[in-house]
Amino acid sequence: MSTTIDLDEPAVGPTFTPISTGRKIRNGIAAVLVTLAFLVAVVPLVWVLWTVIAEGLSVVLRPGWWTQSLNGLLGRQQGGGAYHAIYGTLMQSLIAAAIATPIGILVAIYLVEYGAKSRLARATTFMVDILTGIPSIVAALFVYAVWIAILGFDRSAFAVSLALVLLMVPVVVRSTEEMLRIVPDDLREAAYALGVPKWKTIVRIVIPTALSGMLTGISLALARIMGETAPMLILVAYAPFINYNVFEGNMASLPLLMTVERANPTEAGSDRIWGAAITLILIITVFQLIAALLSRVTAPKTK
Amino acid sequence: MTDLPVTGGPAGAGDTGVVRGLPVTATIPEGHVRMPDTGPPPAPPPDEPAGATSSRRGDRLFRWLVTGSGAFVVALIGAIGLFLLVQAIPSVLVDQDNFLLSRNFDTEDPANLRFGILDLLLVTVEVSVFALVLAMPVGLGIALFLTQYAPPRLARPFGYLIDVLAAVPSIIFGLWGILVLAPVLEPVAGWLQAHLGGFFLFAPGNSGIAGATVFTAGIVLAVMILPIITSITREVFERTPRTHVEAALALGATRWEVIRIAVLPFGRSGYISASMLGLGRALGETIALTIILAGVQTPFSGSLFDGGATFASKIALSFAELNNDLSAGAYIAAGLVLFVLTFAVNALARAVIARSGAVA
Repeated sequence: MSTTIDLDEPAVGPTFTPISTGRKIRNGIAAVLVTLAFLVAVVPLVWVLWTVIAEGLSVVLRPGWWTQSLNGLLGRQQGGGAYHAIYGTLMQSLIAAAIATPIGILVAIYLVEYGAKSRLARATTFMVDILTGIPSIVAALFVYAVWIAILGFDRSAFAVSLALVLLMVPVVVRSTEEMLRIVPDDLREAAYALGVPKWKTIVRIVIPTALSGMLTGISLALARIMGETAPMLILVAYAPFINYNVFEGNMASLPLLMTVERANPTEAGSDRIWGAAITLILIITVFQLIAALLSRVTAPKTK
Repeated sequence: MTDLPVTGGPAGAGDTGVVRGLPVTATIPEGHVRMPDTGPPPAPPPDEPAGATSSRRGDRLFRWLVTGSGAFVVALIGAIGLFLLVQAIPSVLVDQDNFLLSRNFDTEDPANLRFGILDLLLVTVEVSVFALVLAMPVGLGIALFLTQYAPPRLARPFGYLIDVLAAVPSIIFGLWGILVLAPVLEPVAGWLQAHLGGFFLFAPGNSGIAGATVFTAGIVLAVMILPIITSITREVFERTPRTHVEAALALGATRWEVIRIAVLPFGRSGYISASMLGLGRALGETIALTIILAGVQTPFSGSLFDGGATFASKIALSFAELNNDLSAGAYIAAGLVLFVLTFAVNALARAVIARSGAVA
């Protein structure tokens, strides 16, 4: 009797033992948890965007929102628009970008083309990293300490731009550096072999090759500083009217408009807050789209 | 590699006294043909043509310009510390309270400043650490999901979705947090206080406004630092050596076991430093916390349901009304402490990531 059973059993155990139930369960639990983590992150994103759209969309569709300021309107009065704040946001960030972009690109060129492994280059990389993590309020306090307390200038939109420069430079350096590093060395060596001086190689060969990625990085950095609020709270006061002069007087910006209208408990106030919020998101989205477009247009032709 | 002494090299060999730029096109065929048999770069020619001298000047100028920019950034960080210190010292010297241990922050009267950072520090650390505790596991999960679980075709759009989270301005998170999220969290907060109130973290707090608490602020902050943690962790996980993964698979590991024995050990230090960068961001977050946290008169008790102010939110709330240098100096002193704090956390994070060899 027992011999037949022995014959039925294989002489050698199977090479592949099936996965035990415990391991299967653990594997399944991990998969569920990991997927849940992703969903958990998507919930607030959708929720925030939905809130902004639901509360703000009707406001930005009103006539005058994009072309009028809030000049002369009482807190509870509906109407008016965010033109003054849109102008302020665009102006302050564009001035910051105009200053930060050349500095950032030069620093990136130094790190990639000249620094090699010198001590200064290592220090620069480290400081750029630190600058990336600097709180915007500290940047604003620094500009206050130098520009207003020591040099004696008044609070102005330009001071805000200076603080934004501090926040934008590291982002530009990082993205430009990354782009310059992927330019093949063959291109540089070919130019050198033809007797092109190094600076001209960089300006005429390396930068045009990397331009597409650099522009994307700059637009993304611009989009990032547009949402900053802390420098405005410290370095410029809010104005409900249009002020074109960045060097003098109070100037609104979208984040500042939202902060100020927080003190306005009426429905008009809440409309303005969410209207400004959706306007800010729209402007940032437009700049990100421009970034995507620029990178497509300027991408180097590949064969 | 790019630092070869090439200035005006072959330009002198072929042409002399030609307009700069022109020799380039003229020598292309020559250089191309000669390449194989000349080997290493030619020595500089004995006689320098006029064009080469001026391009060397251009080179020197350019090198000076870019090196100067590099030095400028290094100097900038030093300048930030220095100027904040210069502005803060006079106020700290006339401070009637102990700067490190006082819980007051009274700067009404510049002749009688009473301020200290203890409460600010405690609130800042508690809200940031709470946010980190919430965001770390979720961030890890997302990074694993995007690199190991999501179908390759969807991983990129999913990753983009997380990046959108980083693009939402923090003021909008703040508004959403206090106006939309806080009322929803209210029952949760009530349940925690009722059932776990004995533990100091969940004790009923001093925030007069419902939802304007460290609890709400920490949750919003967690959402805000999630993209930072995720993006760097994801980058590191993607670099897990293919051979490690395949070796694990060959031993019959399940997907989870592959993660445990190949992906996690490789990416651990990257994950830790990503979390610390997130912490650095949380410590300095300003406007969202300014909007959410309620101002309170009583000292911070350590409960998640307290109000209060962080360094950044305190400065943002009060700075606009200041009209004298001494009172401003008190806030700048607080800002300096925040600067040192974030500097330390960020530097540590970079040190960890540098040692792991992964670039972020």
